[in-house]
Amino acid sequence: MSNDWPLYEVFIRSRAGLEHKHVGSLHAADATMAVEHARDVYTRRQEGVSIWVVRSSDIVASDPNDADALFEPARDKVYRHPTFYTIPDEVKNL
Amino acid sequence: MSTAAATDPGREALFRYVLRLGDTSLVLGQRLGEWVGHAPALEEDLGLANLSLDLIGQARLLLSYAGEIEGQGRDEDELAFFRDAPAFLNLTLAEQPNGDFGRTIVRQFLLDAWQLEIFEGLSGSADARLAGIAAKAIKETRYHFRFSSGWLVRLGDGTEESHRRVQDALHELWRFTTEFFAADDVDNELAAAGVAPDLAALQSRWLARVDEVLKEATLARPAPVAYQWHGKLGVHTEHLGHMLGEMQHVQRTYPGAQW
Repeated sequence: MSNDWPLYEVFIRSRAGLEHKHVGSLHAADATMAVEHARDVYTRRQEGVSIWVVRSSDIVASDPNDADALFEPARDKVYRHPTFYTIPDEVKNL
Repeated sequence: MSTAAATDPGREALFRYVLRLGDTSLVLGQRLGEWVGHAPALEEDLGLANLSLDLIGQARLLLSYAGEIEGQGRDEDELAFFRDAPAFLNLTLAEQPNGDFGRTIVRQFLLDAWQLEIFEGLSGSADARLAGIAAKAIKETRYHFRFSSGWLVRLGDGTEESHRRVQDALHELWRFTTEFFAADDVDNELAAAGVAPDLAALQSRWLARVDEVLKEATLARPAPVAYQWHGKLGVHTEHLGHMLGEMQHVQRTYPGAQW
């Protein structure tokens, strides 16, 4: 039966103020059912206060074959990490 | 109804009333538990198990309270595992077998709608303990109703086969709902004391709630049946004994066994 149902990705906000995090996926006939399933499958132990679901097919993902072109160029640009600045003593809370 | 009874409902009446509520939750919870490992999808397996555990949790609170009212030293386990079918006071509908998924949903939907009314009424009970239990249970029940009515609409307004199956189940199970609102002395005494909601007043609200979902599900409401079942008086269909045989087996074989 679940083979006929589309796949949904589930995102849970664990506490107010935190972001929603991807926790897994499940099958459901529609979005309403997906929220209920997510509630039953992923929040049984008080894991969350808010649920997002999205059809897996609606997610646009990068192609693993493009990984070199997309991510390789960043590897030798360590200067992009903000670790080369000396922070003056007077600056607090940074 | 005398004034004395109106302020101090008899212990026996309160015991029986709380037992009825607790047994209905327990028996329905046990029935839903039979789906574990068999539901049509993993997600539904967990969903039904969650409902089951909510109901068994309600049963624990109610049966513990019933044991205290009785004052014979019986606790929740004693009441759940060492009574025979005639001593169970659950509504007859709760003990009906699961059948297919659609039939389970119909049974659940009718009882969820009933529990919604009962627990909403009890949250204002003159009995503080019952009011507290109802306030906790009502949140669970709102979700149960959302679950079962959502499924009823999907199945009723689904394929030709799913519609036929839930409509058949509705025809078969509707006759047990007459018992929901048939008040006896226990109901009347506690209603007069402000402990329990007045059943007659709940009936029209229950029916309106049920009708709304049936309409959306494109299902026809069956005609009322005059014959009334008497589960809450301890007179059951043959199904309860079989169910208890399985539920009570371990405790009867090894009395006092701990998990």
